[in-house]
Amino acid sequence: MDALMAILVGVVFACGFYAMLRRSIATLIIGLSLLGNAANLLVLTAAGLRSGRAPLVPPGASAPAPPFADPLPQALVLTSIVISFGVLAFGAVLVQRVYDMLGAEDVHGLEETET
Amino acid sequence: MLGLLLAGFALALLTPSLHRRLPGATPWLLALYPLCLLLWLAVQAPTVLGGQAVRSSVSWVPALDLHLSFSLDGLSLLLAGLICGVGALILVYAGAYLAGDPLAGRHHALLLCFMASMLGIVLTDDAVALFAFWELTSLTSFLLIGHEHESKGARRAALCALLVTSGGGLALLAGLLLLAQAAGSPSLSAIAAQGEALRAHPHYLPALALVLLGACTKSAQVPFHFWLPAAMVAPTPVSAYLHSATMVKAGVYLLARLHPALSGTTPWLLCVGGIGGLTMLVGAALALGQTDLKLILAYSTISVLGLLVLLLGLGTPLALQAAATYLLAHALYKGALFLVAGAVDHETGTRDLDRLGGLRRAMPAAALAAALAALSMAGVPPLLGYLAKESLYEATLGAAGWSVTAAAALASALLCAVAAVFAWRPFFGPVPAPAPVPVPVHVQAQAPHRAPAPLVGPPLVLAAAGLLLGALPGLTAPLVSAATSAMLLRPRQVPLALWHGLRPPFLLGLLSLGTGLLIAAATVVQDERGRRRLVRLFRFSWARVDRWGPARLYEHALSGLFALARWQTAILQSGQLRRYLLIVIATAVGLVGFTLLYLDREDLRRAPGIGWPGARGLLLTGLVAAAAFGAARAQSRMAGVAALSLAGTGVVLIFTVSGAADVAMTQALVETLTVIFLVQVVYRLPRLSGPPAPAADVVFAALGGGLMTALLLAVEAARAPRTISDYFVAQSQTAAHGRNVVNTILVDFRALDTLGEITVLTLAGAGVYALLWLRPSAEGPR
Repeated sequence: MDALMAILVGVVFACGFYAMLRRSIATLIIGLSLLGNAANLLVLTAAGLRSGRAPLVPPGASAPAPPFADPLPQALVLTSIVISFGVLAFGAVLVQRVYDMLGAEDVHGLEETET
Repeated sequence: MLGLLLAGFALALLTPSLHRRLPGATPWLLALYPLCLLLWLAVQAPTVLGGQAVRSSVSWVPALDLHLSFSLDGLSLLLAGLICGVGALILVYAGAYLAGDPLAGRHHALLLCFMASMLGIVLTDDAVALFAFWELTSLTSFLLIGHEHESKGARRAALCALLVTSGGGLALLAGLLLLAQAAGSPSLSAIAAQGEALRAHPHYLPALALVLLGACTKSAQVPFHFWLPAAMVAPTPVSAYLHSATMVKAGVYLLARLHPALSGTTPWLLCVGGIGGLTMLVGAALALGQTDLKLILAYSTISVLGLLVLLLGLGTPLALQAAATYLLAHALYKGALFLVAGAVDHETGTRDLDRLGGLRRAMPAAALAAALAALSMAGVPPLLGYLAKESLYEATLGAAGWSVTAAAALASALLCAVAAVFAWRPFFGPVPAPAPVPVPVHVQAQAPHRAPAPLVGPPLVLAAAGLLLGALPGLTAPLVSAATSAMLLRPRQVPLALWHGLRPPFLLGLLSLGTGLLIAAATVVQDERGRRRLVRLFRFSWARVDRWGPARLYEHALSGLFALARWQTAILQSGQLRRYLLIVIATAVGLVGFTLLYLDREDLRRAPGIGWPGARGLLLTGLVAAAAFGAARAQSRMAGVAALSLAGTGVVLIFTVSGAADVAMTQALVETLTVIFLVQVVYRLPRLSGPPAPAADVVFAALGGGLMTALLLAVEAARAPRTISDYFVAQSQTAAHGRNVVNTILVDFRALDTLGEITVLTLAGAGVYALLWLRPSAEGPR
C-alpha cells in the first residue's frame, strides 16, 4: 500500500498548503497541524511502511523476531509528533493574541502593524 | 617562512594595546619587525643571488593537496626587500604623521597586517595561498583607505577600491584554479615550469583573461585605474606604501611570476602589452593635469605601472630586466615623493600646487629629498631612474620597433615634466600671492614650519638609496639579474652600467628629458595666461574624458545593483504571508520537480504500482484524506477542529496497523491534548470566514501535494538497505538493556536529541504561558 500512502501524503500536504493559503489567520493553525501529520506519514512511508509487528524484543531473546517494523523512523516520528504539538500550541496562542491586540482576521491586515 | 609571516599578524594583534601604553615608541618598535625580516633576507641573499630558491613547506589541507609552501627566488627577494625596507621607513614616518590621531594604533596594526600579507603574496609558491594573501591585501587596503571612517568620501573611496580589487581577485582565483588544473598542481613553480603544455591547453585563453583581470584591477590598469586616485584620501603613509611602492605592484608581480607559463603568445603580447601601453600614456597625460600633489603622484604611478605591464607584455629578456630595474627605481623615488608630499601637507595644511611655493627655506631636507627623487624619476644620471630608463629604451628598441619606443619616450617626457613641476613649484617656485578670492581657513596654507626628523628622514633615505643604487650599478646588478633569471627560468647576467656609449637609448633619454623640461617650463612659466591655457588644455580635456570614463560606469553599476536589490526585496519580501508561502511552494515545486523530471526519470519509472491495497488500507487512507479535506475547507471553527481531530485519529490507526505501536500511542495522546487545547482557545480565535480562495491557491496547493507524492514514489523506487536500524535492533537488549527498540533509541542511543526535544517543548510552553497570561499593562510593560 506504499503507492496509496504516497498519494495520501500528497493529499494531506495539499490540504495543509491550501489551509495556510486561506486568508483567515485561524486556518494557519489548521494548516500547520495538517502539515505536521503529513510530514510524519511521509517519514514513516519513506522508510518503508509495511504491516509487521512492533520492534519489541521478546523476553529471553536478544533481537525481535522478523518481520518487524523499522524502529528508526518511528523514533524520529515520535520526536516530531511531540515538537509539532509544541509548535501548534504556540502558534494557536500567538494567533489568538494577535487577533486580540490587532483585531485582524485576515493575514493581509498584518502587513503594517508595528505595535 | 610561515612563522615569519604569522609573527607579523601576531604583532599586529598586540599593536593597539602597545600603542596605548607607549604611543611615541610604538612605531619604532614595530619597525623592528621589517628590519628583522630585512636581516633575514640579507642572510638568504647569497643563496638566492646564486640562483638557488630558498623553499619551505607546511602541509595545509592534505586532503585537497594544499600545502603552504613558500619559495624565495630572485623576483621574491627584490619585492620582499622593498616591502621590508620601505615598510620600516613608512612605520617610522607614520608615527610622526599620525601623532595625536586617536586611531593611530589601529592604523599601525593594519599596516603590519598588510605588510605580512604582501610578503605572503611574493613569498608563497601555492596558487590558493596566493589568492588568500591577495585578498588580505585588498581587505587591509580597504580598511586603511577608510582610515577617516567618519568621512563619507573616504568610505566611498575605500568601498570602490575594495569592490574593484577583490572583484578582480575572484577572477584571479578562477584563473589560477584553471591553471592549476591544467598543470596538474597548485604549485606556482610547477605551473611556471609547464609553459609549453599550458600554452597549448584549451584552458589557456580563459585562464589568461581571468589572471589578467586580477592583475589589471590590482595594478590599476586602464580601464580599472580609477580606484587608485580615489584611494588618495588615505593617510599619506598608506598612499606611499600600498598605493605606490608595494600593493599596486602585486599585479605586476603576478604577471612576472606567471610570465614563464603564459607569455610568448600573440594574445599575451597584444593584451598585456596593449593594456600596459595605453595605461602608460593615459596615466602620464592625466598626471600633468592635476594640481593636488598626491593626485599628481597617483596618476604618474598608474603610468609607471602601465609601463611595467607593457615591458612584461614584450617579454624579451631585455624587457624583463628593464621591468625589474624600473620597478626598483620607481618604488624608491615614488615612495620618497609621496612622503615629501605628506610632509608638505602636514606642515602647510595644503597639497594644492597653486598655493605652495618657496618652501626650500622652511623645509630644506624635504626639498633635497624631493629634488633627488624627482631627478631619479626624470631619469637623470647617475640616479637609479636613469639606469631604468636606459634599459627601458634598450628593451623597446630591441623588441618592438619605433611605435612602442615613441610611446615610451612620450610617456617618459610627460613623467619628466611631472617630476620637474613637483620638485620645482612647492620648493623653489615663487611664494604664491594670497588668493584673490578668499578661501576658507581650512584650505589656506599655514605659515610653513620645519618638519620633524621622522617626517623628512624616511624620504631622504629612500631618495638617497636611489642615488646610491644608481651611482653604484655593481650593487644593483646582482639583484636585477636574479629577478630577471627568476622571470626567465634561466640564469641571466644583467650588465648595468652608467655609460654604454653614445647609443640610441642615451640619445632618446636626452630627448625625452629635454622635452619634459620644456613642457614643465611651459606649465610653470610666469606668464599667467600662457600657463593657464596649457594647464587647462591638459586638465580639462582629460578631466572631461575621465569623467565619462570607467569611474562613471562604476557609479552606474553600483547604483544599478542597489536598485536591483531594492526591486527584488520589494517583490520577495512583500510582508504578505500568502505571497511568502506561494514563493516557497513555487520554488520547491520548480526546483525539486525539475530535478525529479529531468534527472531521476529512471527512478520514477521503477515506482511501484498501486496494486490492491486491501479494504483496510483503502478505508484508512480514505478517512484521513476526507478529514484533511474537510479541515482545510472548514467554514466554522468547531468544524475545523473536529475534522482535524478526525484526521489525527485516522493517522493513529495507520500507525497502529503498521507496527508502530509507540508512535500510535503518542499520537493518540497528543491528539487528545490538541483537541482539549484547541477547544479551550477555539472561541477566542477569529472566525474562519473570508473571501473565497482564488483558483491559483488551489493549483499551488495541489502542485505542492503532487510534488510530495512524486518524491515519495521516487524514494520508494530507490530505497537503501536499513543499516543504521540493524545496529539499534542488535544492541537494544545487549547494550541498552531495553526490550522496546524505539524506546532505547530515544532514551539511550539518541538521548541528546530527546533532551533537545524537551528543551524545545519547554520553550514553547514558556511562550504559551507568556502569551496567555503576561500582558503589557496600559502604563507600559510590567
